[in-house]
Amino acid sequence: MRLNGAQILCEGLVKEGVDVIFGFPGGRVIQFFDTFAQYPQLHFVLVRHEQAAAHAADAYARVTGRVGCCVATSGPGATNLVTGIATAHLDSAPMVAITGQVDRPSLGRDAFQEIDITGITLPITKHNYLVMNADEMAETVKEAFHIAGTGRPGPVLIDVPSDVWVEQSEFKYPEKVDLPGYKSVVKVYPEQVKKAAKAISGAKCPIIIAGNGVIISDAYAELKELAEKAQIPVINTLLGIGCFPQKHVLYYGMTGMHGMAYANYALSEADLIIAIGMRFDDRVTSKLSTFAPRADVVHIDIDAAEIGKNVKANVPVVGDIREVLTELNKDIEKQSHADWLNQIDQYRAEHPSHEIRDCANILPQNVVRAIAEVSGGDAIIVTGVGQHQMWAAQHSIINKPKSFVSSGGLGTMGYSLPAAIGAQMGRPGETVWSIDGDGSFQMTLQELATIQQERLPIKIAILNNGYLGMVRQWQEFFWGKRYVATPITGPDFVKIAAAYGVPGEVVSDRNEVKAAIEKATNYDGPYLLDFRIEPEENVFPMVKLGSAICELLEQPKSEVKTW
Amino acid sequence: MVASIKHTLVASVEDKPGVLNRVASLFRRRGFNIESIAVGHSEIAGLSRMTIVVDGANTAVEQVEKQLYKLVDVVKVTDITSDSMVARELALVKISSTTATRSEILQIVDIFRANIVDVAPDSVMVEVTGDENKIDSLLDLLKGFGIKELVRTGRVAMVRGTDGGSPIDEESVQKITRRRKK
Ligand SMILES: Cc1ncc(C[n+]2csc(CCOP(=O)(O)OP(=O)(O)O)c2C)c(N)n1
Ligand SMILES: [Mg+2]
Repeated sequence: MRLNGAQILCEGLVKEGVDVIFGFPGGRVIQFFDTFAQYPQLHFVLVRHEQAAAHAADAYARVTGRVGCCVATSGPGATNLVTGIATAHLDSAPMVAITGQVDRPSLGRDAFQEIDITGITLPITKHNYLVMNADEMAETVKEAFHIAGTGRPGPVLIDVPSDVWVEQSEFKYPEKVDLPGYKSVVKVYPEQVKKAAKAISGAKCPIIIAGNGVIISDAYAELKELAEKAQIPVINTLLGIGCFPQKHVLYYGMTGMHGMAYANYALSEADLIIAIGMRFDDRVTSKLSTFAPRADVVHIDIDAAEIGKNVKANVPVVGDIREVLTELNKDIEKQSHADWLNQIDQYRAEHPSHEIRDCANILPQNVVRAIAEVSGGDAIIVTGVGQHQMWAAQHSIINKPKSFVSSGGLGTMGYSLPAAIGAQMGRPGETVWSIDGDGSFQMTLQELATIQQERLPIKIAILNNGYLGMVRQWQEFFWGKRYVATPITGPDFVKIAAAYGVPGEVVSDRNEVKAAIEKATNYDGPYLLDFRIEPEENVFPMVKLGSAICELLEQPKSEVKTW
Repeated sequence: MVASIKHTLVASVEDKPGVLNRVASLFRRRGFNIESIAVGHSEIAGLSRMTIVVDGANTAVEQVEKQLYKLVDVVKVTDITSDSMVARELALVKISSTTATRSEILQIVDIFRANIVDVAPDSVMVEVTGDENKIDSLLDLLKGFGIKELVRTGRVAMVRGTDGGSPIDEESVQKITRRRKK
């Protein structure tokens, strides 16, 4: 069958099971869009800025586990994707980004809207392609989806010169990929699993840190079995939220810079860390030389390069988390660590970390808790970046995995609203809450138009403190309270939303928080709540930059009132 | 200070546009200190071979290996440092010479089994192959005459004997060959 480059790409997208593409048109992708229209099974979502297309595709991937897809034109369209691609890259979200390029004769001549996007995205993609003729298209699409979605997932970019869209080629979609330098299946070494089992059975104070890898690999049951069998306490990273039942007796919350104090104490006291699908980011370890001084490390990850990169592993185990844990569970004997668990329970009693002070204004923590209460923990929570992100992480209830969506690695302000679009498209029947900051929201609020156009029933909670709060908090603690460049005004968010056709209201009375959330939840469509929160509320606990993770600033006890 | 341990890595990479760029970009971004890198065709069509020299004192060699493996175009990476290998470098060096000094230069060149490959009225060009030490020693001796121009290739290396080294498995070879045919 003779098809042109654009048709081959569309055929490939269909074959790969793509059902939605986020993007924005332009001169070098007109040919693609023209063809795309003939494929009704591919739904196109027109965003208002290409960054949003990438975030939406990324979040779609995070909540479904499938490869997300976005498209932009050459030049500025392509460069606008960059932040979104980098965000996906750092959080291992599978994504295929398609960009148009100037035609082949113009390449390298600085033609109008020519930019070397494969060069630019080299360090922020898992792999990328410049398709130099239509004959390569089918194989490229097949490879791109394979690379993006297997192993440690990540973004792959396909750049297509505009004359390749219309070039004809014989179409035959490859059955399998022929990549000599890429192994999607990593063989698990049984000796390493045995060594891990041995280390675990010898430990007195073991602790599991579970990360995004557990979620990507769908290894919840296996993680639970391991923890229960060996009675090991479980803590998770920011991106690991939802990988372990939060009400479980062995669950001790999030660790890291704004983690639970008791989780960080436990980590510092442990004699064995079983790190599962996490990469010892500095927001987890803080100062490396002070990190978990007593602990040996069993590090399980599908990416061999993560093992030993930041923290030395005594027992490295490379492989798919689920596969490794399945094998490991066979070798693990029943254990009990009653003393150790008691000790952590005591830390928790002394340092609850969930405490909230009393305040006449609305406290952001209570907004997050009310959302958790009203949704019963069944909503998908999508955050921006800043204090509100940490409050969302600390106080949300997440019953299902793949339901806490946040930019962890890159910390991309503006992520929440476009990511909520991707999340809602991925899981249409579910409630999606965008918990956003007033600063973050202003970075991508144009996506209200996309929400309206697609009639997505996204609920938006802006935790409006009038500050770039997280930076202000640092200024308060470490920069002599000099609030430079952090007080931020905003428009009337409710009016803005109304102008986009999205209803909403301001909530400034703490007694009306829950009712407002119920109203928004029950409203048949998108709804925006502008919570006027206590402006200078801080996120506690907090590990100071450069300290050990057990040296935390906590909510001053004198201020705490039980809520 | 950790003693300088030079590691020799052999990377077999698909012969595709941009692959050197990917490798170089990775080294730069991760702050890997590379002493030299030499690239050329290998015995398998479609596969290039890179010899990379890394100083283990300031760069985590294992990370270099692992990160290289993550590049899709990289088929195989081997650290052959502890293998018995032949390592060579080639240098061309242009030295000032006069009728008075030419014979002395010739003598030194002879001792090092190097070759004079060009003679001009006031200079000679010497070609020398060998390991870095040999080339360094020769350059040391020639320095006195005045080095006008110097170019070195960086190390290429191969493990001795029939076994060992950095063989590519049959399956990968087939894949590479299939890809070339397309
Ligand atoms: C794109 C981008 N620019 C700058 C930052 C640095 N930064 C981190 S948090 C923050 C403040 C966020 O303010 P807001 O969205 O209002 O959230 P808050 O902390 O007030 O809850 C800033 C500026 C960032 N993370 N991302
Ligand atoms: Mg704010």
